[in-house]
Amino acid sequence: MLQYAAIVLIMLGLYGLLTQRNIIKIIISLNILEIGVNLFIVSVGFVTDGIAPIFTSVNNSSNLLFVDPLPQALVLTAIVIGVGTTALGLALAKNIYQKYGTFDINEMGEE
Amino acid sequence: MKNFLALLLTLFLGYMIMSWLATNEFFPAMGDVDVTTRVSQKYIERDVNGNSEEVVFGEATNLESGPANTVTAIVADYRSFDTLGEVTVLFVSSLGVALLLGGTKQRRLELNFHPNFMLRVGSRALFGIILMTGIYISIHGHLTPGGGFPGGTMIASSMLLLYLADDEFRAKVKGFKILESTTGSAYVIIGLLGLLLGGYFLENLLVNGVLGDLFSAGMIPIIYILIGLKVGSEISGVIDNFLTEEGV
Repeated sequence: MLQYAAIVLIMLGLYGLLTQRNIIKIIISLNILEIGVNLFIVSVGFVTDGIAPIFTSVNNSSNLLFVDPLPQALVLTAIVIGVGTTALGLALAKNIYQKYGTFDINEMGEE
Repeated sequence: MKNFLALLLTLFLGYMIMSWLATNEFFPAMGDVDVTTRVSQKYIERDVNGNSEEVVFGEATNLESGPANTVTAIVADYRSFDTLGEVTVLFVSSLGVALLLGGTKQRRLELNFHPNFMLRVGSRALFGIILMTGIYISIHGHLTPGGGFPGGTMIASSMLLLYLADDEFRAKVKGFKILESTTGSAYVIIGLLGLLLGGYFLENLLVNGVLGDLFSAGMIPIIYILIGLKVGSEISGVIDNFLTEEGV
């Protein structure tokens, strides 16, 4: 079920990217899309009744039922790169605002 | 009209993906995944080189990868080269932010509110606790959930707290830059040492020890602490770039 919710989030982000004209809103849409993709990848590795893939004194053997650790590792990478792209996008937005005085793409060309 | 077209397109695309996933026999329903048929089982059993013994917490020694946290074993050991690339991406993006927003003369951005004495002192008290939690999470990355990346962001969030709660505060940005470049170079040097002495880039040169000890897993805690410091100083630098403006 979560997988379909993740696809709904991806589509929401895509819709925002296609329709919004405000740079900040475009960046937010990009982030929603990214969260959807991350949720989808994590949900692919979920196992019912599985435990977190960490050996502890309670869950102490590799014969237990763990959830898939590989998607989690990949999503860790994706989150960090998402932070980097968001920071870069916001920096560009700040520069654009200083030059044009607006965040709206349509108003920029009019001056 | 444009919005309506976009709505139609996204609805159609979403419907296509969902119906394709629902009827695909190679895509199991959520929770029905069989991990034993996947590559990940080899990571859990530390079995990539063909060691098929059971891994037991507190007893297993000389595993091919030492961390008790399997996600850390993947991120910082099996796919460490990938993580080096990821750290590079973060470095490039922080460099880009500095290039776009930075200048020679920087001063604090004027905030609309002026924090009072209580807020300033209270945030100073909280700062230490958040910073210590971040460092703790970085150091215990091979044993508990978390690791260098969450720990580093937590260190950066403690800096953000100081920036927001005190309109005069400005961190020593030069220190961040030195820390960032030192830890980044140290990661590459560790990798090159592995190449020279062990035969692979980022080879684990130290003894793995007993699974679950604080001093175990060889190089991985060292690498993760380096990553934590690097991510922390990079994101702190980005925060500083956003909260300063040009001027004297």
